[in-house]
Amino acid sequence: MEQEQLKERILSVVPEAEFEITGGYMNATVPSAKLHDLAKNLRESEDTLFDYLFCLTGVDWPDHMTVVYHLKSTTHGHNVVLKAKIDSRENPEIDTVSDIWQTAEFHEREVFDLFGIIFRNHPDLRRIFLDDDWVGYPLRKDYVDKVNIIEL
Amino acid sequence: MAETATNTNTGKPLETQEYFINMGPQHPSTHGVLRLMLTLEGETIHNVEPHLGYIHRSIEKMCEKDTYAQIIHLTDRMDYLSSHMNNEAVSLAVEQGLEVEMPERVKVIRTIISELTRLSSHQLWWGVFGMDLGAITSFLYGFRDREMIIDIFEETCGARLTMNYNVPGGLMFDIHPNFQKRTKAFVEHFRQKLPEYDQLLTGNVIFEMRTKGIGILSKEDAISFGVTGPTGRASGFSNDVRKHNPYSAYPQVEFNEVLREEGDSYARYKVRIQEMWESMSIIEQLIENIPEGDYKVKTKAVIKLPKGEYYQKVETARGEFGVYIISEGGKSPYRLKFRSPGFSNLSALNHMAKGVKIADLVVIMSTLDLVIPDIDR
Amino acid sequence: MNIYDFKSLTDSIHTSLSVNLSPSAVTIIEFIIIAFAFMMLFTLLGLILVYAERKIAAFFQLRLGPMRVGKWGIAQTAADAIKLILKEPLVTKNADKFLFNLAPFIIILSTFMALGAMPFAKGLHALDFDIGILYLTAVSSLGVIGILIAGWSSDNKYSLIGAMRSGAQVVSYELSVGLSLLTVVVLAGSLQFSEIIASQEAGWWIFRGHIPALIAFTIFMIAGTAETNRGPFDLPEAESELTAGFHTEYSGLKFAFFFLAEFVNMFIIAGIGATVFLGGWMPFHIGNWEGFNRIMDFIPSLFWFFGKVAFLIFLMMWFKWTFPRLRIDQLLRLEWKYLLPINLVNILFMAFIVLMGWHF
Repeated sequence: MEQEQLKERILSVVPEAEFEITGGYMNATVPSAKLHDLAKNLRESEDTLFDYLFCLTGVDWPDHMTVVYHLKSTTHGHNVVLKAKIDSRENPEIDTVSDIWQTAEFHEREVFDLFGIIFRNHPDLRRIFLDDDWVGYPLRKDYVDKVNIIEL
Repeated sequence: MAETATNTNTGKPLETQEYFINMGPQHPSTHGVLRLMLTLEGETIHNVEPHLGYIHRSIEKMCEKDTYAQIIHLTDRMDYLSSHMNNEAVSLAVEQGLEVEMPERVKVIRTIISELTRLSSHQLWWGVFGMDLGAITSFLYGFRDREMIIDIFEETCGARLTMNYNVPGGLMFDIHPNFQKRTKAFVEHFRQKLPEYDQLLTGNVIFEMRTKGIGILSKEDAISFGVTGPTGRASGFSNDVRKHNPYSAYPQVEFNEVLREEGDSYARYKVRIQEMWESMSIIEQLIENIPEGDYKVKTKAVIKLPKGEYYQKVETARGEFGVYIISEGGKSPYRLKFRSPGFSNLSALNHMAKGVKIADLVVIMSTLDLVIPDIDR
Repeated sequence: MNIYDFKSLTDSIHTSLSVNLSPSAVTIIEFIIIAFAFMMLFTLLGLILVYAERKIAAFFQLRLGPMRVGKWGIAQTAADAIKLILKEPLVTKNADKFLFNLAPFIIILSTFMALGAMPFAKGLHALDFDIGILYLTAVSSLGVIGILIAGWSSDNKYSLIGAMRSGAQVVSYELSVGLSLLTVVVLAGSLQFSEIIASQEAGWWIFRGHIPALIAFTIFMIAGTAETNRGPFDLPEAESELTAGFHTEYSGLKFAFFFLAEFVNMFIIAGIGATVFLGGWMPFHIGNWEGFNRIMDFIPSLFWFFGKVAFLIFLMMWFKWTFPRLRIDQLLRLEWKYLLPINLVNILFMAFIVLMGWHF
């Protein structure tokens, strides 16, 4: 599916989606509440069939957070990048996609561990790299660690 | 087992407990500091829970403070067996942002060294796989041939494992005058020696009993778990980045993407053996005619990437390695994410290992070809 | 007839002692001499076999093996022994200390008892029971009790799994060892080692016993390797799965005991194999080639025995350094579904041959 068609397709599910093309990938930014439905739709529809989630990560912006999903269809060969915009930095929450792609279970645990984004309905949401009693979320921009991070 | 055993005095069923055991962080076959929490019944595995983070260094956080040239040096320390490919991923991403085209010479040399790295990684894997099965001899056979590749690397750039040979904009140095001669000699040598690998393990009855039908991963699950590389290809998931998103000199060479349907440990083993033949063929196609030209493009001392997002994937020995750079126009990235193949491959372990014996878990883990720093980052 | 006979030597020691001493004192002194001799043999075997294993492994693995300590690393095992003696004997906190310390001695004891019944050369034979084979198979499998105790008392889950594997394995393979030896007992008509050897004067049983003897020998080598817990049957240790299995928690001298016992057990299995199938210290004779047989007789019986044992040990090392390890269920399936039925049929077959007098 060409990028223009894909744009139409996403707009038909989430009308408020915003689009941007960077680095050869089409990015679709959607509100976090709509993400799960869109993802499920794109995964299951015959014409899109995005069955391969090859990257899932979070980004901490000054006033909001995003969770970025890099998707590819192994049947059709097209790519799309979904970005779920989470408005709250203090209490970020989003629905899990681990019921759609199994690999998301680990990746979401990583994002939770390092960004503190809570994935609702995740089967086993615990810290994956850091200790259970670790304070703070290291990949956030306002994370302070006087001992280990040397400011330049 | 639990259903039939009864207490002879009371007539009530005997209580059975699941046997809980920690495999790792120090264990010979976790290949690093990986800790698996196993729940067993006898020797049968009920549940495997990987416990990560023993060598998590938060490389992604460090990258946010470093310049792009410095980031290269951190990527070596993730999947140290595919260090060259990791370097290449970041270099390509930065070059994509700078919109510079590499000279042909750089592309060809990068590809040759990538394939040599893949060969050395597969050789090490083959040796270690034999060792995990209890056939220690294979370990030294694998290392014998790997040593020749490592020597070529040492002559080329001075380092044997963490090479840092790539820089954004080309290569650190030009190749050594002996490079072509020695690489050709190696390929000739290894074409003779690779059949030995088959003689030692492949046809062995015990080996086939231990690997065939063990740890089956279906194609659907491979895709859903994002299992890439030889592991994914053994399940029939066509994911070779060299074919699907060709980079460097891969568009000009002919090779086959090795695919198998079975998805068991034996298929994963065969895919890697076959990939070694393919890698040798790629090297042979390129080594004769390395184009003349510059080995690097002039870039600024401190590179600033234009604002935007860049995603670059390469095929490492373990699978699809991705670099996701978000730049705000500064000298370091705003956010940098490494999509490491090992992390996704590991996520399928519990699915594959349910109901097998402890000895099979070792085989499955070994065929996933995990490198722990790659998982922990 | 063999021209070298140790009986003259042992008889002369006995008579010279009997001149001045009472019979009971003579017996005690002879006991001490024998015990001393066996202890020396035990240590020597350990040193030589460990060195041989390392050199042979190196040979299979494209490397040199120990080269630094002494010429060609000859003193390497001695140096290792000193290191092991000087190491701290650690005991885990919650281990059952009595059993933990007892286990290595049980294993050593069983190997010593088995070694006692070995016929080394003509007239050099400490215990020659009329039920020799029965005795040997019985005591050589006592070692598994030591392994079970070691695994149980270590307070380590890996050790326990290793010990349980070992129990299942040794109990199963004991059957095959015993039955394959029985096949030859049918031929020889005796359980006594000296008589089995004597019955092979005209030719070794492996050549005279037709195909059943060959089958029995193959099964004996497989089951024997399994009984010594060596690769490809080293599941109780299984370095890549259970770190070191039942002896994970042992260090220093106690670990050395396990280590030594493994090598001496290998010697015992090879010794039984050599005695029962390959004629023990009997030289290689061919039918009625008088000249050839006479030349063979000039080679001392001690050389024949140790030569055959060395060959069998080399075979076992070859197995270990070539094959991958089996899985526990495959190991048991091999025994119960293949080796045991084949063995039973084989004995019947052999009995039939003996009954009809078809053997040579």
